[in-house]
Amino acid sequence: MTVSSVPPGLILIVGALLLPLTVGAVRSAVLLALPLIALAVLWQVPDGPALTIAFLGTELVPVQGTTLGRLFGTVFLIMAFAGGLFAMGQKRNTELVAAYVYAGSAVSVTQAGDLLTILVFWEVMAVASGLVIWSAGTKAAYRAAMRYMMVHLLGGVLLMAGIAGYVVETGSLAFVAMQPESVATWLILIGFLVNAGAPPLSSWLPDAYPETSYSGMVFLSAFTTKTAVYVLLVGFAGSQVLIYFGLYMIFYGIIYALLENDMRRILAYSIINQVGFMVVGIGIGTEMALNGAASHAFAHIIYKALLLMSAGSVLHMTGKRKCTDLGGLFQSMPLTATFGIIGALSISAFPLTSGFISKSMISQAAFDEHLAFAWFLLTAASAGVFLHAGIKFPWFVFFQKDSGLRPPDPPGHMRLAMLFFAVLCIGLGVFPGPLYKLLPFAVEFVPYTVPHVVNMLQLLLFSGLAFFLLLPLMKRTLTISLDTDWVYRRLGQRIAEAVLTQGGALYLGFRQAAVRRVGQAIGLVFRVTGPESVFARTWHTGNAIMAVTAVLAVVLALFFF
Amino acid sequence: MIVGQLPILQVIVPLLAAPICAILPFRRLTWLIALAASLLALAIALTLLDQVLSDGPISYLLGDWAAPWGIEYRVDPLAAFLLVIVSALGSVIMLFAPTSVAREIADDRIFLFHAMYLLNLAGLLGMVVTGDVFNLFVFLEISSLSSYVMISLGQSRRALTAAFQYLIMGTVGATFYVIGVGMMYMMTGTLNMADLGTRLPAVAETRTIIAAMAFVVVGIGLKLAMVPLHFWLPNAYAYAPTVVSAFLAATATKVAVYVLLRLVFTVFGGPAMVGLPVDQVLLVLGIVAMFGASAVAIFQTDAKRLLAYSSLAQIGYMVLGISFLTATGLTATIIHLFNHALMKGALFLVLGCVFLRVGSVQISQMAGLGRRMPWTMAAFVVGGLSLIGVPLTVGFVSKWYLIQAALEKGWWLVAVLILLSSLLAMIYVWRIIEVAYFRAPGDDVLQIREAPVMMLIPVWILAAGNVYFGINAQQTIGAAQSAAAVLLGSGG
Repeated sequence: MTVSSVPPGLILIVGALLLPLTVGAVRSAVLLALPLIALAVLWQVPDGPALTIAFLGTELVPVQGTTLGRLFGTVFLIMAFAGGLFAMGQKRNTELVAAYVYAGSAVSVTQAGDLLTILVFWEVMAVASGLVIWSAGTKAAYRAAMRYMMVHLLGGVLLMAGIAGYVVETGSLAFVAMQPESVATWLILIGFLVNAGAPPLSSWLPDAYPETSYSGMVFLSAFTTKTAVYVLLVGFAGSQVLIYFGLYMIFYGIIYALLENDMRRILAYSIINQVGFMVVGIGIGTEMALNGAASHAFAHIIYKALLLMSAGSVLHMTGKRKCTDLGGLFQSMPLTATFGIIGALSISAFPLTSGFISKSMISQAAFDEHLAFAWFLLTAASAGVFLHAGIKFPWFVFFQKDSGLRPPDPPGHMRLAMLFFAVLCIGLGVFPGPLYKLLPFAVEFVPYTVPHVVNMLQLLLFSGLAFFLLLPLMKRTLTISLDTDWVYRRLGQRIAEAVLTQGGALYLGFRQAAVRRVGQAIGLVFRVTGPESVFARTWHTGNAIMAVTAVLAVVLALFFF
Repeated sequence: MIVGQLPILQVIVPLLAAPICAILPFRRLTWLIALAASLLALAIALTLLDQVLSDGPISYLLGDWAAPWGIEYRVDPLAAFLLVIVSALGSVIMLFAPTSVAREIADDRIFLFHAMYLLNLAGLLGMVVTGDVFNLFVFLEISSLSSYVMISLGQSRRALTAAFQYLIMGTVGATFYVIGVGMMYMMTGTLNMADLGTRLPAVAETRTIIAAMAFVVVGIGLKLAMVPLHFWLPNAYAYAPTVVSAFLAATATKVAVYVLLRLVFTVFGGPAMVGLPVDQVLLVLGIVAMFGASAVAIFQTDAKRLLAYSSLAQIGYMVLGISFLTATGLTATIIHLFNHALMKGALFLVLGCVFLRVGSVQISQMAGLGRRMPWTMAAFVVGGLSLIGVPLTVGFVSKWYLIQAALEKGWWLVAVLILLSSLLAMIYVWRIIEVAYFRAPGDDVLQIREAPVMMLIPVWILAAGNVYFGINAQQTIGAAQSAAAVLLGSGG
């Protein structure tokens, strides 16, 4: 066992478990200090294996320095710091401990040099994040946490099967680039994709995340999907199939976000949409695309957390989460509204925000590779992002009609956390240099060229226009009257409306059928294996002997013939 | 001098201690004797394991009668490994026993319980150490008869019917076994295992030997509660005193698996078995057990019964490992013998603590126990995680080798099934954890105190073992691998 580094993720995990021993100011100090200490340690990890342990005849590498691992580890720890600041007001320790263990495991995944270490922390993440959801304390949260854990542990099962097969095939546990060619690597890929929110299991994310407490979702938005992006970046860069997965996720996110009324569920769908962009980038696999995916993950964690902090503040102060119950909050929560808008601009990739300098890299990579359809879809999706997250969220929550609610801005530490991330959003947008330096490949991309900026502004302008024109449809209460000039647009609107309602109805129908089927299946299992079933009840001794004799007869027959 | 006699001392010590206990009606004293005999057996077993791993198998001739005629005791790595499992678990459980036994067994019978325990221990150790198929039958009966008595000591009257049913089924199993042995003796004229192994191939094609194999496999299958021959086990474990459940779950089924391994590989020649579908039968039964028993466990309301069904599922894993007929598969089975003893031992002892304080092991009665008995329930969590097979526990090591074995054969489906069945384990473990930690405690639970330290120490020895051998698996894996190599070598 050679050691040249303490595992930075472990600092967070062990520290978190000691958290319940502290109170008051000490607790706050520990909360803020832990991620910073871990960050300092993370940057001391030298390149290459820094800690190796012999296990079951192979060598594990729990800590290994890589450019990409350092990038993701850094943003995870920044996230843990800001999240800790934001969630400091939580009286009970459960959520914070779970969130820090969760964050520590995510950091550990980014530092791991072998598949087994990844698997271990993958499972810890699943349990810890489930606990974060559970700690919201409601019945709905409890059940959501159960469903969430089932999906993730199933993903873990597939991943483990894949890893075991990979070891048999290659004789090595090292986590290196691979291609989905054999059953084993496919299973690993599927295991990773489950956490990324890829179809067909995407719905775990919008199902579970909105049930968390006001601060819980801030943590959840950052780690699970982005560790999946990290492992995909390392393991499956350039796998074509990811482009299709990614495109599906992008549009899945947009369509459902447009249909949604719960403000945090809108943002949950938008996570899938944004991760879709990254997955496409990984699928394209050129240096620029991978840089784009990595930097977009970095930027996304920060602005999505900012948006969710803003939404969490609203939830914390009003106790309401539906768009139809909210509105007009800018009057009494100006800071929260401002921070929310900065986050919204970033996610829409507005120039001078962090989204702009990262997402355009992915589109550019698609363009450079002559992937015309991907480029078109990505561009169309950029407009869609602006629609559902960039405008819809701030508009319905902070403006729109006046709901009559007049809550004040949230407590100081929550405002401070939002300020920190808002500054980062704009700082990265204005000075992308430091982030670009952290990327795995040298960056030749210049974000601020006239065509880029003009293109983006046009796109945003038109989709903004479209939003307000379609606003009545978005509310889905008022009828729309349009001029004759707009006939073709109306047709388009009809189509859009039909797709949205039919799609929604289809989805609901499917969902009901699925729920019914699952219920029936459980009933069947219960009949076969429940306490009164043949299998479980106490047998009369005579019958048992008969059964034994029958078994003997069958075995004899099998042996004879 | 004494070192040469270790194989016989291994059996003689508990066998002689038993009647001493039976004539001394002082429960503290008999407990001390039982504990001392267990620890002595453990010391002997560890010495033997050490010797065997460095110097090779030990052959001991009873009364110096030469091998095929006299009874031979034979200690190879597999046998030594089993000796350590049985005597180690026996020692830890005896350490745990006094308080738990005082609560669950009538005072005037406790000294008899100790006598029966020692007989059972002697029987189990004898089954492992002997190299003679008929001598094995004798020890099998010693251990079986004593376990019927121990089960019947349970508080509930249902313990009596459970013991009775086990008696009937166990006797049928033993009879099948002895019928099979008789047939083999008829055809080969020998009862020595190694000797049988060399003589059987010549007559392997005969109907008699084929029938003998069927009788032996079904007979031992009954003893190890291989689904669908498991009827006796859930009730026996559920109604026996908790200490007895812990001891039987941790050791008795393990020894039965050992006997199956011995017979299939040393006697019948393992992979060389001529065209008989023993491996297919084991494969199917193993998978049925993994899923069927786990699904039943999910719906149980009594925690002991739940663990009993979980044991059936775990036995399924062991049987599955045998069915691969490969070195890795056998390693998985053998390592799981040890690992499962650790987890089930820990879990049943936890239930012993719960019964002591709560007076019941109904899951519904355990609401809020996580706060009232933090150390006890934390040990349950560790054992439960191990049962599921979470990395850093022994359960993971077993699962890892079992999956590797399946994949070596290219059986992807089996590998995925193994993993899916571990999800079922997660559900039933979670049911208890959920009640203990996430339900508000009832009024009566609020009065409950943590279990006494003298019980927590053995519980935590086993719980810590689950983690220690999960991280530092080299030694156990090494022993299991050399045991598997011996089986395949001598069988091949």
